[in-house]
Amino acid sequence: MFKPIIEGKIFKVGDDIDTDQIYPGRYLYLTSPEEMAVHAMEDVIADFYKKIEGEDWIIAAGKNFGCGSSREHAPRALLYAGVKAIVAESFGRIFYRNALNVGLPAVKCSGIVKEVQQGSLIQINLKEGLIVLGTPEKTLSIEKFSPQLLAILKNEGLIPYMKKYGKYSHLKNI
Amino acid sequence: MHPLYQILADAAGRDKVTPGEFIIAKVDLAEINDLYLQVIMSFKEMGGDKIWDSQKVTFVMDHYAPPPTIKAAENQTKMREFAKEQGIKYFFDINRGVCHQVMPEEGLVWPDMVLVATDSHTTTHGAFGAFSTGIGATDMAAVLLTGEIWFRVPEIIKIKIQGKIRKGVMAKDIILYIISQLGTDIALYKAVEYTGETVTDMSLDERLVLCNMAVEMGAKATYIKPDKKVWDYISLVNPQKIQECRPIKQINEKENEVYESVYNFDISNLEPQVALPYRVDNVVPVSQVAEEPINQALIGTCTGGRINDIKIAAQILKGRKIFSSVRLLIIPVSNKILEKCIELGYIQTLLNAGATLVTPSCGPCLGAHEGVLSSGESCISTSSRNFPGRMGSSEAKIFLSSPATAAASAIKGVITDPREFL
Ligand code: SF4
Repeated sequence: MFKPIIEGKIFKVGDDIDTDQIYPGRYLYLTSPEEMAVHAMEDVIADFYKKIEGEDWIIAAGKNFGCGSSREHAPRALLYAGVKAIVAESFGRIFYRNALNVGLPAVKCSGIVKEVQQGSLIQINLKEGLIVLGTPEKTLSIEKFSPQLLAILKNEGLIPYMKKYGKYSHLKNI
Repeated sequence: MHPLYQILADAAGRDKVTPGEFIIAKVDLAEINDLYLQVIMSFKEMGGDKIWDSQKVTFVMDHYAPPPTIKAAENQTKMREFAKEQGIKYFFDINRGVCHQVMPEEGLVWPDMVLVATDSHTTTHGAFGAFSTGIGATDMAAVLLTGEIWFRVPEIIKIKIQGKIRKGVMAKDIILYIISQLGTDIALYKAVEYTGETVTDMSLDERLVLCNMAVEMGAKATYIKPDKKVWDYISLVNPQKIQECRPIKQINEKENEVYESVYNFDISNLEPQVALPYRVDNVVPVSQVAEEPINQALIGTCTGGRINDIKIAAQILKGRKIFSSVRLLIIPVSNKILEKCIELGYIQTLLNAGATLVTPSCGPCLGAHEGVLSSGESCISTSSRNFPGRMGSSEAKIFLSSPATAAASAIKGVITDPREFL
């Protein structure tokens, strides 16, 4: 079910985290969720999937998160590892599409990195276009989604969307 | 209207498009490589049965050519089966080369088309005047289902390059320098047009390098206005298209109405450049890293494996030997290029110098196989990326350079200015 409000703890990373770091090339032949989850971010943070186990985590990143290779394995691995959403200053464009397509909310918010600490609380309100931070309490606005993207997000990804509509049908009205 | 906007407007069935707006565009060619069994999985999960057009889809087995693991081999088998059952017209197996070379060679790329492929370096084909961009597996599955894709119409940045290229300097040096000056996100969500006398003077192969690497600035697509060199090439590989393509219109608007920004570069005094680990924009002139020891040199792939690249490597290595502790990998970008290089004697020269010949493919460019690095090793490479772990261990160092610099470095075992040997 599509959740308009996502809450969790911040996992903070820097600028230009590329898809080779999110999901190394040596595992690209894997396709099963369980096998892929284990390798999420493994070259950046060893045992990332274990570290985020049992709690809701949201990645907060600097600019250009997910730049580089077009591999959809990257957002899939994060999703399978249990990441709930990603907030970044900006995203690599293919990663951004891929994340929304696989049902992983990717939210652009300028100024996010300097406002959050590792483990601090964050709430993303997709309906209002807002981010609420825990301590100290603060509200930031997020970049609006186009109707097309919002429709994909609301359907929890492009697969359920296409299953339902069979074509792109939300360009103008939603 | 800019030709890229004309292409998108036509593909969306509109008179015009404006930057920032969202459109649904019809796709002329969809290419899928062997990393993406997920495309077929997503297609089936969408309820897909028959693909929209078996004549407009191509599969290229290039990233795992030939397959290094059982799982990679099984993925390819499933892709072959799918292609057969769907009657996909253009299936290129492990004996053809890297998709960004195979597609143009097979006449599947032409000006004014919309091309999408499951590879970020699909920006390459702007060198032919196409609107071409990389997409992920599920986006591609929707293309197979509908023949369409949504795009946000990109703003366009113009990069004007002036000046005569100095001896020993190659297209790779120019693009590394430009990326270092403009940064890795300057063109995010945008398109890049290259103009200027340097670009006009360049061969098509050199332009492909500029367009390919634009994605390292974040670019969605690229554009170089097709000239005689492009049309001559198209008339060789797909003469029928010459008649079908619409004439390229002149841009009548003022520069500031078409381009979001314009950047000027004069490369007359540029020396060979090297990108240091672990960022493509972390670039210095070769003199500043000279003497850095290397264990491996890679000359090849889709940003350094074309005829002229192999030729210059052969010129530099002719009658010489590579340094005793260095491995030199030669990876021609396609089988056709390999054949040509054999015919011209370049491969023999390189083998005599101690090189290792690798199957035309992506090879270790993405750390999959055929020459990956162990921790603590250093490699100078003509490939496109030097991110941590890109070519194997995340503790290996990758330096990006031109084929000339990589060849010179292989001789001395340390990063070396190629002009010493030219
Ligand atoms: S050679 Fe490297 S950059 Fe080119 S398509 Fe293959 S993996 Fe990508």
